[in-house]
Amino acid sequence: MSRAVETAALPLAERPPAVPEWVLLLRRLARRRTALFGAVVVVLVVLTAAAAPWVSPFDPLLQDLENRLKPPMWRDAAGGVHPLGTDHLGRDLLARVVYGARPALLVGFAAVTISGLLGMVVGLLSGYFGGRVDDVLMRLGDVQLAFPFILLAIAVIGVLGPSLGTIIVVIGVSSWVVYARVVRGAVLSLREREFVQAALALGAGDARVLARHILPNAFTPWLVVATLDMARVIVIESALSFLGLGVQPPTPTWGGMLADGRVYISTAWWLATFPGLAILVAVLGINLFGDGLRDTLDPRLKV
Amino acid sequence: MSVYLLRRLLQSLLVLFGVSFVVFAILFLTGDPALVLLPPEASAEDIRRFREAMGFDDPFLVQYGRFLAGAVQGDFGKSIRHGEPAFWLVVERMPATFELAGAALLLALCLAIPAGVVSAVRRNTVLDYLSTVVALLGQSMPTFWLGIMLILIFSVGLNLLPSSGRGDLEHLILPAVTLGLFTTARITRLTRSGMLDVLNQDYIRTARAKGVADPPVVWKHALKNAAIPIVTIVGIELGTLLGGSVITETIFAWPGVGRLSVQAIYNRDYPVVQAAVFLLASTFVIVNLVVDVLYTYLDPRIRLR
Repeated sequence: MSRAVETAALPLAERPPAVPEWVLLLRRLARRRTALFGAVVVVLVVLTAAAAPWVSPFDPLLQDLENRLKPPMWRDAAGGVHPLGTDHLGRDLLARVVYGARPALLVGFAAVTISGLLGMVVGLLSGYFGGRVDDVLMRLGDVQLAFPFILLAIAVIGVLGPSLGTIIVVIGVSSWVVYARVVRGAVLSLREREFVQAALALGAGDARVLARHILPNAFTPWLVVATLDMARVIVIESALSFLGLGVQPPTPTWGGMLADGRVYISTAWWLATFPGLAILVAVLGINLFGDGLRDTLDPRLKV
Repeated sequence: MSVYLLRRLLQSLLVLFGVSFVVFAILFLTGDPALVLLPPEASAEDIRRFREAMGFDDPFLVQYGRFLAGAVQGDFGKSIRHGEPAFWLVVERMPATFELAGAALLLALCLAIPAGVVSAVRRNTVLDYLSTVVALLGQSMPTFWLGIMLILIFSVGLNLLPSSGRGDLEHLILPAVTLGLFTTARITRLTRSGMLDVLNQDYIRTARAKGVADPPVVWKHALKNAAIPIVTIVGIELGTLLGGSVITETIFAWPGVGRLSVQAIYNRDYPVVQAAVFLLASTFVIVNLVVDVLYTYLDPRIRLR
């Protein structure tokens, strides 16, 4: 008690400068070269998607049937260079690859938000209340995991009809289990900690303990899972588009372009190569950043 | 031991029950089967009579009960497209899917475990960096793109391997590599981190101190203990492989359950979809049950929990 009084009595100037915790974390994260590289890649992909009209001078939907399947670096009559060539309808491939980042990032971000929130709620309830609640929720998770996910998604989307909203909801609603398990694990150990017991002893209600004391401390593992899950969702979005169940043409999607490219594989290699490279770069960037985030925040986390 | 097994068995049954419910509910809620089953020129009276005869007007739970009673006997109804029992259509295709998933898993284990062990033992050498980079790329590469690129290189470009169909070993190579790469990458990373953990343990130092040579320490003492998380992930990865087979089979025209079910979804052939999802999910549940049982032999501590 007397120590606390002494500390409080110290003049302001003599206290060590307060650096917020998240600044320290960012510094530690930035020291990992691969994580930094991943972050730079992700930022570049996001900027490219946002600034798509300025990155490529061509309209991704403009067809030019006389100039179909032109190879990379082809120069058109007006002198414009198409760095990645044109597709089977004469559309500029670079423009389509650049615009294709938009649905991928949108679906990734929205679906991760939905499944992340769902999983967070389930994990908090399951870990905090335990018993019956925990049993029921975790068995639900087992059922979810037993499904071949892509088949479930195809079945639902095939019946409901493909649209941006359907895809986001289907992916979002069926990906909560990993979040729930990680948050539950964190809550189980947090529940026994002194500061939680103290809050309970002081008469704080369940809702307050969960929101004020447990949630902030369970957030770190959640964030790691969300980052890595974003990469997975982008791959799933392109897989669905590849099967014709994603965002519908003529909107350019990486998976849809790959499906077109597969048809022309023996005559136009660039059609299937570049959209796939775009997916690879985006997903690799997110994975590198996510790995770095995990190693910095919570090295023991197994995700 | 037997209590643990019994509880685990009950859990699996419960999960399968849940799977059957969801499979039925999704397709129940998403459309009128009478409109799909009857020819488009059917009159309203025909549709009404048909619905009554098939029991489509019964309450949800009654219909579900009927579905479940059929499902446990392997009766999912007849395929709308092929007219044969849906269950047998799916079962006929299962060997092809198991062959593909098994080959992919075998490939993954044969590549990943040595790569992960070498990576951990020769930490921060060129070999370690090489295997880490390959694993990272493998984890970030979409299956379907890898498949197309392999076809581009080995079928279109070099004309070495067939790009579609099932038959001899040649046909298996490209699909198995495509399907197995992601799993290879995951198991490599897991083996590496598991081995790094184990190599720092006291009992490894003891073994080395009493003069056990390097290879047995690594391959016997250490790998045996690092194997536990690998066995778990194999069970989970099998789910990834069965699910991933949907896309790989589509790309390589591999006549398995995945391709059948994608076609069935496009044709609105719901009995086949239900049978395929249910059987794939059941396979996954059974494999994981077996893995858990094996597990108790590897790590007796689990039985006591």
